[in-house]
Amino acid sequence: MSIKQISVFVENKPGSMSAMTSVLAKNEIDMRALSLAETGDFGIVRIIVKDLYKATTVLKDEGYIHSLTDVLGVKIPDVPGGLNKVLNILEAKGFNIDYMYAFMGNGVTKHAYMIFRVEDVAGAQNALVEQGIHMITEADVQKL
Amino acid sequence: MEHYYQPEVETASPEQLKAWQDERLVKQVKHVWDNVPLYRAKMENAGVTPDDIKGTEDLHKLPFVTKDDLREGYPYGLLAKPLSECVRIHSTSGTTGKRVMAYYTQHDIDLWDDCCARALTAAGATNEDVCHVAYGYGLFTGGAGLNGGSHKVGCLTIPISSGNTERQIMFMQDLKSTILCCTPSYAAYLGESMKEMGLSPEQIPLKAGIFGAEAWSEEMRHDIEKALGIKAYDIYGLTELSGPGVAFECSAQSGMHINEDHFIAEIIDPETLEVLPEGSKGELVFTAITKEAFPILRYRTKDICVLKREKCSCGRTFIKMCKPMGRSDDMLIIRGVNVFPSQIETVLLNKGYSANYQIIVDRVKNTDTLDVHVEMTPEMFTDNMGEIDKRQKELVDGLRSMLGISAKVTLVAPKSIVRSEGKAVRIIDKRKI
Repeated sequence: MSIKQISVFVENKPGSMSAMTSVLAKNEIDMRALSLAETGDFGIVRIIVKDLYKATTVLKDEGYIHSLTDVLGVKIPDVPGGLNKVLNILEAKGFNIDYMYAFMGNGVTKHAYMIFRVEDVAGAQNALVEQGIHMITEADVQKL
Repeated sequence: MEHYYQPEVETASPEQLKAWQDERLVKQVKHVWDNVPLYRAKMENAGVTPDDIKGTEDLHKLPFVTKDDLREGYPYGLLAKPLSECVRIHSTSGTTGKRVMAYYTQHDIDLWDDCCARALTAAGATNEDVCHVAYGYGLFTGGAGLNGGSHKVGCLTIPISSGNTERQIMFMQDLKSTILCCTPSYAAYLGESMKEMGLSPEQIPLKAGIFGAEAWSEEMRHDIEKALGIKAYDIYGLTELSGPGVAFECSAQSGMHINEDHFIAEIIDPETLEVLPEGSKGELVFTAITKEAFPILRYRTKDICVLKREKCSCGRTFIKMCKPMGRSDDMLIIRGVNVFPSQIETVLLNKGYSANYQIIVDRVKNTDTLDVHVEMTPEMFTDNMGEIDKRQKELVDGLRSMLGISAKVTLVAPKSIVRSEGKAVRIIDKRKI
Protein backbone atom coordinates (compact mmCIF):
# COMPACT_ATOMS: atom_id res chain seq x y z
CA MET A 1 0.00 0.00 0.00
CA SER A 2 3.02 2.26 0.16
CA ILE A 3 3.58 4.68 -2.67
CA LYS A 4 6.61 5.42 -4.81
CA GLN A 5 8.45 8.67 -4.50
CA ILE A 6 10.98 9.92 -7.04
CA SER A 7 14.09 11.50 -5.52
CA VAL A 8 16.05 13.70 -7.89
CA PHE A 9 19.59 15.06 -7.47
CA VAL A 10 19.85 18.79 -8.17
CA GLU A 11 22.64 21.26 -7.62
CA ASN A 12 22.02 23.95 -5.06
CA LYS A 13 22.26 26.94 -7.36
CA PRO A 14 19.91 29.42 -8.98
CA GLY A 15 17.86 27.94 -11.78
CA SER A 16 18.48 24.27 -11.11
CA MET A 17 15.06 23.74 -9.58
CA SER A 18 13.20 25.43 -12.43
CA ALA A 19 15.30 23.51 -14.94
CA MET A 20 13.99 20.30 -13.45
CA THR A 21 10.38 21.43 -13.14
CA SER A 22 10.46 22.64 -16.73
CA VAL A 23 11.30 19.09 -17.81
CA LEU A 24 8.22 17.91 -15.94
CA ALA A 25 6.07 20.74 -17.31
CA LYS A 26 7.20 20.18 -20.89
CA ASN A 27 6.18 16.53 -20.58
CA GLU A 28 2.93 17.32 -18.80
CA ILE A 29 3.85 15.46 -15.66
CA ASP A 30 1.34 16.14 -12.92
CA MET A 31 2.97 16.48 -9.53
CA ARG A 32 0.96 15.63 -6.46
CA ALA A 33 3.53 16.47 -3.84
CA LEU A 34 6.98 17.95 -3.67
CA SER A 35 9.61 18.59 -1.07
CA LEU A 36 13.14 19.88 -1.28
CA ALA A 37 15.97 18.93 1.05
CA GLU A 38 19.27 20.66 0.64
CA THR A 39 22.81 20.79 1.92
CA GLY A 40 25.40 23.40 1.02
CA ASP A 41 25.98 22.39 -2.57
CA PHE A 42 23.27 20.00 -3.62
CA GLY A 43 19.70 19.11 -2.91
CA ILE A 44 17.28 16.23 -3.25
CA VAL A 45 13.91 17.01 -4.76
CA ARG A 46 11.31 14.48 -3.70
CA ILE A 47 8.17 14.25 -5.75
CA ILE A 48 5.02 12.17 -5.96
CA VAL A 49 3.61 12.09 -9.48
CA LYS A 50 0.65 10.56 -11.22
CA ASP A 51 2.62 8.94 -14.01
CA LEU A 52 5.63 7.36 -12.42
CA TYR A 53 6.94 5.61 -15.49
CA LYS A 54 6.73 8.66 -17.73
CA ALA A 55 8.26 10.93 -15.11
CA THR A 56 11.26 8.71 -14.48
CA THR A 57 11.79 8.18 -18.20
CA VAL A 58 11.82 11.87 -19.10
CA LEU A 59 14.03 12.74 -16.14
CA LYS A 60 16.50 10.07 -17.15
CA ASP A 61 16.46 11.24 -20.75
CA GLU A 62 17.25 14.75 -19.62
CA GLY A 63 20.23 13.50 -17.65
CA TYR A 64 18.80 13.71 -14.15
CA ILE A 65 19.92 11.22 -11.58
CA HIS A 66 17.05 9.87 -9.55
CA SER A 67 16.03 6.97 -7.40
CA LEU A 68 12.73 5.49 -6.31
CA THR A 69 11.84 5.23 -2.66
CA ASP A 70 8.89 3.60 -0.92
CA VAL A 71 7.13 6.10 1.29
CA LEU A 72 3.90 6.15 3.24
CA GLY A 73 1.09 8.41 2.12
CA VAL A 74 -1.12 9.12 5.09
CA LYS A 75 -4.53 10.68 5.09
CA ILE A 76 -4.89 12.89 8.11
CA PRO A 77 -8.17 14.40 9.32
CA ASP A 78 -7.92 18.15 8.92
CA VAL A 79 -8.61 18.87 12.56
CA PRO A 80 -6.39 20.04 15.42
CA GLY A 81 -4.34 17.13 16.70
CA GLY A 82 -4.73 15.13 13.49
CA LEU A 83 -1.01 14.92 12.75
CA ASN A 84 -0.15 14.52 16.40
CA LYS A 85 -2.20 11.35 16.58
CA VAL A 86 -0.31 9.80 13.67
CA LEU A 87 3.05 10.72 15.12
CA ASN A 88 2.10 9.30 18.51
CA ILE A 89 1.31 5.95 16.94
CA LEU A 90 4.64 5.81 15.13
CA GLU A 91 6.51 6.95 18.21
CA ALA A 92 4.82 4.40 20.45
CA LYS A 93 5.98 1.59 18.17
CA GLY A 94 9.49 2.98 17.86
CA PHE A 95 9.43 3.97 14.18
CA ASN A 96 11.90 6.69 13.37
CA ILE A 97 10.85 9.19 10.72
CA ASP A 98 13.66 10.06 8.31
CA TYR A 99 11.67 12.91 6.80
CA MET A 100 8.10 13.95 6.18
CA TYR A 101 6.28 16.56 4.19
CA ALA A 102 2.72 17.69 3.70
CA PHE A 103 0.76 18.23 0.55
CA MET A 104 -2.70 19.45 -0.34
CA GLY A 105 -5.24 17.22 -1.93
CA ASN A 106 -7.75 18.57 -4.41
CA GLY A 107 -9.34 20.67 -1.68
CA VAL A 108 -12.66 18.87 -1.72
CA THR A 109 -12.08 16.47 1.14
CA LYS A 110 -11.62 17.41 4.77
CA HIS A 111 -8.19 15.87 4.90
CA ALA A 112 -4.56 16.82 4.80
CA TYR A 113 -2.04 14.47 3.29
CA MET A 114 1.43 13.71 4.47
CA ILE A 115 4.30 11.71 3.15
CA PHE A 116 6.42 9.82 5.68
CA ARG A 117 9.72 8.15 5.04
CA VAL A 118 10.63 5.48 7.59
CA GLU A 119 13.09 2.64 7.45
CA ASP A 120 10.45 -0.05 7.98
CA VAL A 121 7.72 1.07 5.60
CA ALA A 122 5.54 -2.04 5.94
CA GLY A 123 5.78 -2.15 9.74
CA ALA A 124 4.88 1.49 10.15
CA GLN A 125 2.00 1.10 7.75
CA ASN A 126 0.53 -1.81 9.73
CA ALA A 127 0.85 0.14 12.94
CA LEU A 128 -1.07 3.07 11.47
CA VAL A 129 -3.78 0.97 9.83
CA GLU A 130 -4.36 -0.92 13.09
CA GLN A 131 -5.14 2.42 14.70
CA GLY A 132 -7.63 3.34 12.01
CA ILE A 133 -5.42 5.72 10.07
CA HIS A 134 -6.15 5.84 6.34
CA MET A 135 -3.34 5.34 3.89
CA ILE A 136 -3.06 6.63 0.33
CA THR A 137 -2.42 4.07 -2.38
CA GLU A 138 -0.95 4.51 -5.83
CA ALA A 139 -4.51 4.40 -7.12
CA ASP A 140 -5.44 7.24 -4.76
CA VAL A 141 -2.59 9.33 -6.08
CA GLN A 142 -4.26 9.29 -9.50
CA LYS A 143 -7.41 10.80 -8.02
CA LEU A 144 -5.93 13.38 -5.70
CA MET B 1 75.96 48.46 0.01
CA GLU B 2 75.51 45.05 -1.54
CA HIS B 3 76.86 42.09 0.41
CA TYR B 4 78.06 38.88 -1.17
CA TYR B 5 78.77 35.59 0.47
CA GLN B 6 81.40 34.58 -2.10
CA PRO B 7 82.06 37.76 -4.11
CA GLU B 8 84.85 36.21 -6.22
CA VAL B 9 82.32 33.71 -7.57
CA GLU B 10 79.12 35.73 -7.52
CA THR B 11 80.63 38.62 -9.47
CA ALA B 12 83.00 36.59 -11.65
CA SER B 13 83.26 37.52 -15.31
CA PRO B 14 81.12 35.56 -17.76
CA GLU B 15 84.35 34.15 -19.26
CA GLN B 16 85.47 32.89 -15.88
CA LEU B 17 82.06 31.34 -15.22
CA LYS B 18 82.16 29.62 -18.60
CA ALA B 19 85.65 28.27 -17.89
CA TRP B 20 84.50 26.83 -14.56
CA GLN B 21 81.44 25.30 -16.17
CA ASP B 22 83.42 23.74 -19.02
CA GLU B 23 85.94 22.16 -16.71
CA ARG B 24 83.39 20.91 -14.18
CA LEU B 25 80.99 19.57 -16.80
CA VAL B 26 83.71 17.46 -18.46
CA LYS B 27 84.70 16.05 -15.09
CA GLN B 28 81.11 15.44 -14.05
CA VAL B 29 80.17 13.58 -17.24
CA LYS B 30 83.10 11.25 -16.69
CA HIS B 31 82.12 10.74 -13.04
CA VAL B 32 78.57 9.82 -14.07
CA TRP B 33 79.72 7.56 -16.91
CA ASP B 34 81.98 5.68 -14.54
CA ASN B 35 79.55 5.36 -11.63
CA VAL B 36 75.94 5.47 -12.78
CA PRO B 37 75.07 2.51 -15.04
CA LEU B 38 71.54 3.83 -15.61
CA TYR B 39 72.81 7.09 -17.10
CA ARG B 40 75.67 5.43 -18.90
CA ALA B 41 73.14 3.24 -20.70
CA LYS B 42 71.23 6.37 -21.68
CA MET B 43 74.43 7.88 -23.09
CA GLU B 44 75.27 4.70 -24.96
CA ASN B 45 71.77 4.65 -26.43
CA ALA B 46 72.30 8.21 -27.59
CA GLY B 47 75.73 7.29 -28.99
CA VAL B 48 77.59 9.69 -26.74
CA THR B 49 80.72 9.03 -24.71
CA PRO B 50 82.51 11.33 -22.25
CA ASP B 51 85.04 12.12 -25.00
CA ASP B 52 82.32 13.91 -26.95
CA ILE B 53 81.81 16.42 -24.13
CA LYS B 54 84.52 19.06 -24.24
CA GLY B 55 82.58 21.94 -22.73
CA THR B 56 79.16 23.54 -22.26
CA GLU B 57 78.70 23.82 -26.03
CA ASP B 58 78.46 20.00 -26.11
CA LEU B 59 75.84 19.84 -23.35
CA HIS B 60 73.01 19.42 -25.89
CA LYS B 61 74.46 16.04 -26.91
CA LEU B 62 73.66 14.52 -23.52
CA PRO B 63 70.38 12.70 -22.91
CA PHE B 64 67.80 14.18 -20.56
CA VAL B 65 66.88 12.85 -17.16
CA THR B 66 63.24 12.94 -16.09
CA LYS B 67 61.48 12.34 -12.83
CA ASP B 68 60.47 8.92 -14.16
CA ASP B 69 64.14 7.99 -14.55
CA LEU B 70 64.71 8.96 -10.95
CA ARG B 71 61.74 6.93 -9.76
CA GLU B 72 62.88 3.97 -11.80
CA GLY B 73 66.21 4.25 -10.07
CA TYR B 74 64.65 4.09 -6.62
CA PRO B 75 66.27 3.81 -4.16
CA TYR B 76 69.92 3.74 -5.29
CA GLY B 77 69.78 3.91 -9.09
CA LEU B 78 71.49 7.23 -9.67
CA LEU B 79 73.84 7.05 -6.74
CA ALA B 80 77.40 7.81 -7.86
CA LYS B 81 79.33 7.44 -4.60
CA PRO B 82 79.61 4.52 -2.20
CA LEU B 83 77.10 4.81 0.62
CA SER B 84 80.01 4.93 3.03
CA GLU B 85 80.86 8.37 1.62
CA CYS B 86 77.27 9.63 1.86
CA VAL B 87 76.18 11.40 5.01
CA ARG B 88 72.53 12.23 4.42
CA ILE B 89 69.46 11.71 2.31
CA HIS B 90 66.50 13.92 1.56
CA SER B 91 63.49 12.99 -0.48
CA THR B 92 60.55 14.37 -2.38
CA SER B 93 57.09 14.02 -0.89
CA GLY B 94 56.45 10.96 -3.07
CA THR B 95 52.84 11.88 -3.60
CA THR B 96 52.82 10.52 -7.15
CA GLY B 97 54.28 7.17 -6.39
CA LYS B 98 57.78 6.32 -5.40
CA ARG B 99 59.78 9.00 -3.71
CA VAL B 100 62.87 10.41 -5.32
CA MET B 101 65.80 9.88 -2.96
CA ALA B 102 68.62 12.40 -3.06
CA TYR B 103 72.01 11.53 -1.54
CA TYR B 104 74.63 13.89 -0.21
CA THR B 105 78.28 13.57 0.65
CA GLN B 106 79.67 16.04 3.18
CA HIS B 107 81.09 17.98 0.22
CA ASP B 108 77.62 18.12 -1.37
CA ILE B 109 76.14 19.46 1.86
CA ASP B 110 78.88 22.11 2.07
CA LEU B 111 78.20 23.35 -1.44
CA TRP B 112 74.45 23.32 -0.89
CA ASP B 113 74.87 25.31 2.32
CA ASP B 114 77.03 27.79 0.37
CA CYS B 115 74.22 28.27 -2.14
CA CYS B 116 71.73 28.96 0.64
CA ALA B 117 74.23 31.26 2.37
CA ARG B 118 74.47 33.27 -0.85
CA ALA B 119 70.69 33.58 -0.90
CA LEU B 120 70.57 34.72 2.72
CA THR B 121 73.38 37.20 2.21
CA ALA B 122 71.68 38.60 -0.89
CA ALA B 123 68.61 39.17 1.29
CA GLY B 124 70.78 41.18 3.67
CA ALA B 125 71.64 38.56 6.31
CA THR B 126 74.88 38.83 8.30
CA ASN B 127 76.20 37.19 11.46
CA GLU B 128 74.30 39.85 13.43
CA ASP B 129 70.97 38.40 12.31
CA VAL B 130 68.54 35.97 13.90
CA CYS B 131 67.33 33.58 11.21
CA HIS B 132 63.93 32.05 11.82
CA VAL B 133 63.67 28.89 9.70
CA ALA B 134 59.98 28.00 9.52
CA TYR B 135 60.29 25.61 6.59
CA GLY B 136 59.57 22.00 7.51
CA TYR B 137 62.57 20.03 8.77
CA GLY B 138 62.95 16.37 7.93
CA LEU B 139 63.09 14.65 4.56
CA PHE B 140 61.92 17.89 2.95
CA THR B 141 64.92 19.97 1.88
CA GLY B 142 63.52 23.38 2.88
CA GLY B 143 64.39 23.35 6.57
CA ALA B 144 67.78 21.68 6.24
CA GLY B 145 68.92 23.86 3.33
CA LEU B 146 68.19 27.23 4.90
CA ASN B 147 69.40 25.94 8.25
CA GLY B 148 72.77 25.09 6.71
CA GLY B 149 72.98 28.39 4.88
CA SER B 150 72.14 30.30 8.02
CA HIS B 151 74.97 28.53 9.90
CA LYS B 152 77.43 29.44 7.16
CA VAL B 153 76.44 33.09 7.31
CA GLY B 154 76.77 32.93 11.08
CA CYS B 155 73.21 33.91 11.92
CA LEU B 156 71.72 32.78 15.19
CA THR B 157 69.54 30.05 13.70
CA ILE B 158 66.11 29.17 15.08
CA PRO B 159 65.19 25.74 13.68
CA ILE B 160 61.54 26.22 14.58
CA SER B 161 60.20 24.27 11.57
CA SER B 162 56.62 24.73 10.41
CA GLY B 163 53.39 24.90 12.39
CA ASN B 164 52.25 26.24 15.74
CA THR B 165 51.81 29.79 14.53
CA GLU B 166 51.38 31.41 17.95
CA ARG B 167 54.66 29.94 19.15
CA GLN B 168 56.32 31.19 15.95
CA ILE B 169 55.14 34.72 16.63
CA MET B 170 56.14 34.52 20.29
CA PHE B 171 59.66 33.41 19.29
CA MET B 172 59.92 36.17 16.72
CA GLN B 173 59.09 38.74 19.37
CA ASP B 174 61.12 37.26 22.23
CA LEU B 175 64.22 36.24 20.24
CA LYS B 176 63.99 39.19 17.85
CA SER B 177 64.02 37.22 14.59
CA THR B 178 65.18 39.40 11.72
CA ILE B 179 65.13 36.94 8.78
CA LEU B 180 62.21 34.65 8.08
CA CYS B 181 62.47 31.56 5.85
CA CYS B 182 59.27 29.67 4.91
CA THR B 183 56.80 29.17 2.10
CA PRO B 184 55.19 32.38 0.83
CA SER B 185 51.74 31.15 1.81
CA TYR B 186 52.90 30.53 5.35
CA ALA B 187 54.47 33.98 5.46
CA ALA B 188 51.14 35.46 4.41
CA TYR B 189 49.40 33.38 7.04
CA LEU B 190 51.82 34.59 9.71
CA GLY B 191 51.02 38.15 8.67
CA GLU B 192 47.29 37.54 9.01
CA SER B 193 47.75 35.87 12.37
CA MET B 194 49.78 38.78 13.71
CA LYS B 195 47.08 41.14 12.64
CA GLU B 196 44.48 39.04 14.43
CA MET B 197 46.64 39.11 17.54
CA GLY B 198 46.67 42.87 17.33
CA LEU B 199 50.35 43.12 16.42
CA SER B 200 51.57 45.72 13.95
CA PRO B 201 54.56 45.02 11.66
CA GLU B 202 56.63 47.46 13.76
CA GLN B 203 56.27 45.20 16.79
CA ILE B 204 58.07 42.37 14.97
CA PRO B 205 61.79 42.95 14.31
CA LEU B 206 61.79 41.05 10.98
CA LYS B 207 63.51 42.86 8.12
CA ALA B 208 63.61 40.30 5.31
CA GLY B 209 62.19 36.97 4.28
CA ILE B 210 63.22 34.20 1.88
CA PHE B 211 60.21 32.43 0.51
CA GLY B 212 60.12 29.48 -1.88
CA ALA B 213 58.90 25.94 -2.60
CA GLU B 214 55.77 27.26 -4.28
CA ALA B 215 54.84 29.79 -6.93
CA TRP B 216 53.84 33.26 -5.80
CA SER B 217 52.96 36.49 -7.52
CA GLU B 218 54.26 40.05 -7.32
CA GLU B 219 50.93 40.93 -5.76
CA MET B 220 51.55 38.40 -3.02
CA ARG B 221 55.05 39.77 -2.50
CA HIS B 222 53.54 43.20 -1.98
CA ASP B 223 51.01 41.83 0.53
CA ILE B 224 53.64 39.93 2.52
CA GLU B 225 56.02 42.89 2.56
CA LYS B 226 53.27 45.12 3.87
CA ALA B 227 51.88 42.67 6.43
CA LEU B 228 55.28 41.80 7.91
CA GLY B 229 57.11 45.07 7.27
CA ILE B 230 59.92 43.28 5.40
CA LYS B 231 61.57 42.80 2.02
CA ALA B 232 60.43 39.49 0.54
CA TYR B 233 62.84 37.48 -1.64
CA ASP B 234 62.21 34.45 -3.82
CA ILE B 235 64.35 31.31 -3.80
CA TYR B 236 64.27 28.34 -6.19
CA GLY B 237 65.37 24.77 -5.88
CA LEU B 238 64.46 21.12 -6.25
CA THR B 239 65.29 18.10 -4.14
CA GLU B 240 66.67 16.52 -7.30
CA LEU B 241 69.28 19.30 -7.49
CA SER B 242 70.00 19.40 -3.72
CA GLY B 243 67.17 21.63 -2.53
CA PRO B 244 66.56 25.37 -2.17
CA GLY B 245 69.35 27.65 -3.31
CA VAL B 246 69.68 26.61 -6.95
CA ALA B 247 68.69 30.21 -7.67
CA PHE B 248 67.97 33.19 -5.45
CA GLU B 249 66.78 36.76 -5.62
CA CYS B 250 68.97 39.77 -4.91
CA SER B 251 68.18 43.33 -3.86
CA ALA B 252 66.92 44.05 -7.40
CA GLN B 253 64.00 41.66 -6.75
CA SER B 254 63.67 41.03 -10.46
CA GLY B 255 64.42 37.38 -11.15
CA MET B 256 66.61 34.81 -9.44
CA HIS B 257 70.35 34.45 -9.99
CA ILE B 258 71.25 30.86 -10.78
CA ASN B 259 74.32 29.59 -8.95
CA GLU B 260 76.12 28.97 -12.21
CA ASP B 261 79.30 27.64 -10.69
CA HIS B 262 77.22 24.63 -9.58
CA PHE B 263 74.35 24.46 -12.05
CA ILE B 264 74.08 24.95 -15.79
CA ALA B 265 70.64 26.05 -16.91
CA GLU B 266 69.10 25.53 -20.34
CA ILE B 267 65.69 26.32 -21.79
CA ILE B 268 64.22 23.72 -24.12
CA ASP B 269 61.08 23.34 -26.16
CA PRO B 270 59.17 20.71 -24.17
CA GLU B 271 57.73 19.24 -27.39
CA THR B 272 60.73 19.10 -29.72
CA LEU B 273 63.31 18.99 -26.87
CA GLU B 274 65.44 21.48 -28.79
CA VAL B 275 67.51 23.97 -26.85
CA LEU B 276 66.10 27.47 -27.24
CA PRO B 277 68.10 30.71 -27.35
CA GLU B 278 68.42 32.89 -24.27
CA GLY B 279 65.29 34.93 -23.61
CA SER B 280 62.94 32.25 -24.99
CA LYS B 281 60.15 30.83 -22.93
CA GLY B 282 60.40 27.09 -22.42
CA GLU B 283 61.12 24.27 -20.01
CA LEU B 284 63.95 24.77 -17.57
CA VAL B 285 66.65 22.07 -17.61
CA PHE B 286 69.47 21.85 -15.08
CA THR B 287 72.81 20.09 -15.01
CA ALA B 288 74.48 19.82 -11.61
CA ILE B 289 78.21 20.05 -12.25
CA THR B 290 79.62 19.82 -8.74
CA LYS B 291 77.41 17.31 -6.97
CA GLU B 292 79.16 14.09 -6.06
CA ALA B 293 76.66 11.61 -4.65
CA PHE B 294 73.68 12.45 -6.85
CA PRO B 295 75.09 14.13 -9.94
CA ILE B 296 72.16 14.74 -12.20
CA LEU B 297 72.67 15.77 -15.82
CA ARG B 298 70.15 17.66 -17.93
CA TYR B 299 67.25 17.28 -15.55
CA ARG B 300 63.91 18.33 -16.96
CA THR B 301 62.26 20.38 -14.22
CA LYS B 302 58.95 20.76 -16.12
CA ASP B 303 58.95 24.38 -14.95
CA ILE B 304 58.24 26.86 -17.73
CA CYS B 305 60.62 29.77 -17.47
CA VAL B 306 62.73 32.42 -19.21
CA LEU B 307 66.47 32.95 -18.67
CA LYS B 308 68.11 36.35 -19.00
CA ARG B 309 71.73 37.32 -18.70
CA GLU B 310 71.81 41.02 -17.92
CA LYS B 311 73.83 43.47 -15.94
CA CYS B 312 72.18 43.39 -12.55
CA SER B 313 72.16 46.36 -10.20
CA CYS B 314 73.36 44.05 -7.42
CA GLY B 315 76.61 43.40 -9.26
CA ARG B 316 76.14 39.63 -9.58
CA THR B 317 76.96 38.16 -12.95
CA PHE B 318 74.98 34.92 -12.64
CA ILE B 319 72.25 34.48 -15.23
CA LYS B 320 68.72 35.18 -13.96
CA MET B 321 65.61 33.04 -14.21
CA CYS B 322 62.13 34.49 -13.94
CA LYS B 323 59.57 33.10 -11.54
CA PRO B 324 58.34 29.82 -13.05
CA MET B 325 55.35 30.67 -15.23
CA GLY B 326 53.71 27.27 -15.20
CA ARG B 327 54.41 23.61 -15.80
CA SER B 328 54.93 21.60 -18.94
CA ASP B 329 53.09 18.70 -17.29
CA ASP B 330 49.81 18.84 -15.42
CA MET B 331 51.33 19.05 -11.97
CA LEU B 332 49.87 21.67 -9.66
CA ILE B 333 51.69 23.07 -6.70
CA ILE B 334 49.12 23.74 -4.01
CA ARG B 335 50.21 25.07 -0.64
CA GLY B 336 53.73 23.93 -1.47
CA VAL B 337 52.62 20.36 -2.19
CA ASN B 338 52.86 18.72 -5.61
CA VAL B 339 49.46 17.55 -6.78
CA PHE B 340 48.76 15.56 -9.93
CA PRO B 341 45.20 15.27 -11.27
CA SER B 342 45.81 11.53 -11.68
CA GLN B 343 46.06 11.18 -7.90
CA ILE B 344 42.68 12.79 -7.46
CA GLU B 345 41.24 10.55 -10.15
CA THR B 346 42.57 7.45 -8.37
CA VAL B 347 40.85 8.40 -5.13
CA LEU B 348 37.57 9.17 -6.90
CA LEU B 349 37.51 5.82 -8.64
CA ASN B 350 38.49 3.97 -5.46
CA LYS B 351 35.60 5.56 -3.63
CA GLY B 352 33.13 4.65 -6.36
CA TYR B 353 32.73 8.07 -7.95
CA SER B 354 32.96 8.82 -11.64
CA ALA B 355 36.11 10.08 -13.30
CA ASN B 356 34.20 13.16 -14.37
CA TYR B 357 35.74 15.74 -12.14
CA GLN B 358 37.21 19.19 -12.20
CA ILE B 359 39.91 20.64 -10.00
CA ILE B 360 39.49 24.29 -9.13
CA VAL B 361 42.48 25.94 -7.54
CA ASP B 362 42.23 29.46 -6.24
CA ARG B 363 44.01 31.68 -3.80
CA VAL B 364 41.94 33.20 -1.03
CA LYS B 365 43.67 35.54 1.41
CA ASN B 366 47.01 34.35 0.05
CA THR B 367 46.29 30.71 0.81
CA ASP B 368 45.70 28.17 -1.94
CA THR B 369 42.34 26.47 -2.00
CA LEU B 370 41.58 23.18 -3.70
CA ASP B 371 38.02 22.42 -4.69
CA VAL B 372 37.19 19.15 -6.43
CA HIS B 373 33.92 19.06 -8.34
CA VAL B 374 32.65 15.55 -8.91
CA GLU B 375 29.68 14.57 -11.02
CA MET B 376 27.04 12.57 -9.20
CA THR B 377 26.34 9.11 -10.64
CA PRO B 378 23.23 6.90 -10.38
CA GLU B 379 25.31 4.40 -8.39
CA MET B 380 26.33 6.95 -5.79
CA PHE B 381 22.96 8.62 -5.49
CA THR B 382 20.49 7.66 -2.81
CA ASP B 383 17.45 9.30 -1.28
CA ASN B 384 19.29 9.22 2.03
CA MET B 385 21.01 12.57 2.57
CA GLY B 386 23.03 11.26 5.50
CA GLU B 387 24.45 8.48 3.35
CA ILE B 388 25.49 10.93 0.62
CA ASP B 389 27.13 13.14 3.27
CA LYS B 390 28.96 10.15 4.69
CA ARG B 391 30.32 9.12 1.28
CA GLN B 392 31.31 12.70 0.57
CA LYS B 393 33.21 12.83 3.84
CA GLU B 394 34.98 9.57 3.03
CA LEU B 395 36.05 11.10 -0.25
CA VAL B 396 37.41 14.20 1.51
CA ASP B 397 39.37 11.95 3.90
CA GLY B 398 40.67 9.85 1.01
CA LEU B 399 41.88 12.94 -0.85
CA ARG B 400 43.59 14.28 2.24
CA SER B 401 45.49 11.09 2.86
CA MET B 402 46.50 10.78 -0.81
CA LEU B 403 47.50 14.41 -1.39
CA GLY B 404 48.65 15.47 2.06
CA ILE B 405 46.51 18.58 1.87
CA SER B 406 42.80 19.07 2.39
CA ALA B 407 40.37 19.54 -0.46
CA LYS B 408 36.76 20.60 -0.57
CA VAL B 409 34.47 18.25 -2.49
CA THR B 410 31.43 19.56 -4.31
CA LEU B 411 28.95 17.13 -5.85
CA VAL B 412 27.61 18.45 -9.12
CA ALA B 413 25.00 17.37 -11.63
CA PRO B 414 25.91 14.81 -14.29
CA LYS B 415 27.41 16.31 -17.46
CA SER B 416 27.70 19.70 -15.79
CA ILE B 417 31.48 19.76 -16.02
CA VAL B 418 32.48 21.74 -19.06
CA ARG B 419 33.82 19.59 -21.84
CA SER B 420 35.76 20.90 -24.75
CA GLU B 421 35.77 18.67 -27.79
CA GLY B 422 34.38 15.89 -25.66
CA LYS B 423 37.19 16.11 -23.16
CA ALA B 424 36.41 17.43 -19.73
CA VAL B 425 38.36 20.48 -18.66
CA ARG B 426 40.16 19.01 -15.68
CA ILE B 427 41.94 21.93 -14.13
CA ILE B 428 40.91 25.50 -13.54
CA ASP B 429 43.67 27.44 -11.87
CA LYS B 430 42.35 30.84 -10.87
CA ARG B 431 45.48 31.89 -9.00
CA LYS B 432 47.25 34.91 -10.39
CA ILE B 433 50.90 34.06 -10.40
